[in-house]
Amino acid sequence: MFDFGILFPAVLNGLTTGAVYALVALGLTLIYGVLHIINFAHGAALMMALYGVWFLRQFLGLDPYLALPPMVAVMFAAGYALQRGIVNRASHGKDENILLVTLGLSIVLENLALLVFKSDTRTIDTPYTLATVAIGPAMIAVPKLVAFAGALVASALLLWIVRGTDLGRAIRAVAKEKQGARLVGIDVDHVYAMSFGIGLACLGAAACFLLPAYYVNPQVGNGFVLVAFTIVVLGGMGSFAGALVGGLLIGVVESLGGLWFGESLGQIGIFLLFIAVLLLRPQGLFGARA
Amino acid sequence: MSTPLNRRRFVAQAGATATALAFPLVGGAQPKPVRVGVLHPVTGALAYSGQQCREGALLAIEDINKAGGIRSLGGAKIEPLLGDAQSTPAAGTAEVEKMNEAGASAIVGAYASAICLATTQAAAKYNLPHIVDVGVADQIVERGLKNTFRFSPGYTRCAQIALANLHVLNTAAGKPAKTVMIIHEESLFGTGTANLLARELPGYGYEVKEVVKHANPTRDFNNIVLRMKAVNPDIVIPANYYNEYALLVRTMQQQKVTPKAIYSVLGGAASSYKFVKEFPQAANGIIDCNHWFNPKDKRAFDLKKRVEAKNLFYSYEVFLTYTAMRLLADALERAKSTDRAAIVNALETSTFSDHFLPYGPTKFVNGQNTGAQPLMTQVLGNDIKVIVPRDYRQADPIFPLKA
Repeated sequence: MFDFGILFPAVLNGLTTGAVYALVALGLTLIYGVLHIINFAHGAALMMALYGVWFLRQFLGLDPYLALPPMVAVMFAAGYALQRGIVNRASHGKDENILLVTLGLSIVLENLALLVFKSDTRTIDTPYTLATVAIGPAMIAVPKLVAFAGALVASALLLWIVRGTDLGRAIRAVAKEKQGARLVGIDVDHVYAMSFGIGLACLGAAACFLLPAYYVNPQVGNGFVLVAFTIVVLGGMGSFAGALVGGLLIGVVESLGGLWFGESLGQIGIFLLFIAVLLLRPQGLFGARA
Repeated sequence: MSTPLNRRRFVAQAGATATALAFPLVGGAQPKPVRVGVLHPVTGALAYSGQQCREGALLAIEDINKAGGIRSLGGAKIEPLLGDAQSTPAAGTAEVEKMNEAGASAIVGAYASAICLATTQAAAKYNLPHIVDVGVADQIVERGLKNTFRFSPGYTRCAQIALANLHVLNTAAGKPAKTVMIIHEESLFGTGTANLLARELPGYGYEVKEVVKHANPTRDFNNIVLRMKAVNPDIVIPANYYNEYALLVRTMQQQKVTPKAIYSVLGGAASSYKFVKEFPQAANGIIDCNHWFNPKDKRAFDLKKRVEAKNLFYSYEVFLTYTAMRLLADALERAKSTDRAAIVNALETSTFSDHFLPYGPTKFVNGQNTGAQPLMTQVLGNDIKVIVPRDYRQADPIFPLKA
């Protein structure tokens, strides 16, 4: 139906989009998969991060890629403070409370953005916004390639943190057995907050990679958060490799679906895949059997 | 949600009304303001356009009130009742109910076709005059609603003018363009426009290779542009709102897809100063058949300066709603009353001429201003110039574009 010259760019394009999905999902999988916090505010947090990058560019002239260190740091701090100051306090140790608190947070953040920034859609212009690189017959936008590479590096980094550091061991311990972790002297509240912080830090990075080729408005997070939840379940809860592979897979499926079924129905492929995984491999692609 | 009418409220309102009726001259020193609903989607997917519309309406009200209000009503000021349709027809309808309860004499709004379709109908229940500021779908004025008036052109007229002019441009250039691809947004406006074009284009000798629909918002146009690459049309016709239009054209530029022309019909960004400023390269050469002001009328540029002084872009939403509000003020002036039936009557017989749109004499037939027409513009040298018709021409068209 389509020749190689069309299919190949569509796949590459899906991979680059998927990499950003993966980065958003990585943050979610840490919070949702490991700590079992259903963070409905994830999309709103991404939106705030995007506004942060936009603000730095617009008013300080900071290149979005150079904004990476401050954005990651600020988002980490915000996540840490949010968990310790609001989510943890308001939850009283009940999961269903957390759900409502994060949902409420997302509503507050979205409307705050609406108040401050208006619902105008904003973009930034950089010298490389429209630059492309030819890979075979495909023209791939430079910001998308950077996002792809950035997402891979970020997931490797996260994997290292969780597998190779004391903090990572503590996170895994808390995820497995909260009470036991507390008994061996792990500060559970601190670990929760660190995980939340790292989760939002991923969004800070995602925002820096996303904005050069994308836009921001108060509703921008919604489109990502549903896909991110799907990826987390698809890849296996709490699995970082799963989030990465799941993200890339979803990106490609969405891209090819859009090519065949038209843009409006493009996402149908994602959810068909999702249902198939739930039926045939409910623990997710990389998830351990419960 | 509307306030329930309880006993106290009823007594208070009935009392106020009775007092006003019994002693019309007591409050005569300060005439009662005329309440006008200003209803737009100022939040949600269409928020940018909705806010632009609201700005236009408020500027007009400012001008009308500064110039002494409605003189035939003793200098009554216009008091806006702001409403937010939240980019959905349902929310728009709810706002109409609220405005009716709040005693609006008329409504100006509601930008998007799908929303206008709902709000005009809701207002019709109360014979509440409703001036449609933008809403291009022709169904809006084809349902026999006595309260509904549209000053600007509908999409049938825009599509016909666009097609006729495309044919003239193409013929003059030696017919380089033979195939067309249409990309449209999925609501009433985009779908209706696209259907019209797809039906009419073959009659002019063009082959419609593909008609692609997309959602609002769409995050990524790469697939559509890849399809475009496969189809390789001579002309690309987009009919969509600002964000998607901008993203589409930028993606075309990235993928190095350069058709002989990007020829928009009511394109959301094609004749937008915002787009030209933000993406001058992508915007260059784009032709659009859209709402536009008379470029030879100084008042159009005076308003442009005022809008730009507020750090806003002078978009069609601003000047269309601005003019719609002035049309209403003119009708109020001649109705000499805030009675809804009298306003409807004044609009039906309106000969409103104090405006800067290229419309000719105002004459409403079934609620549609028959003189209304779009202009053809092209982005040339980082500015938007009128290319057709000749009476308003500022620059010669460039067609086809150099690859």
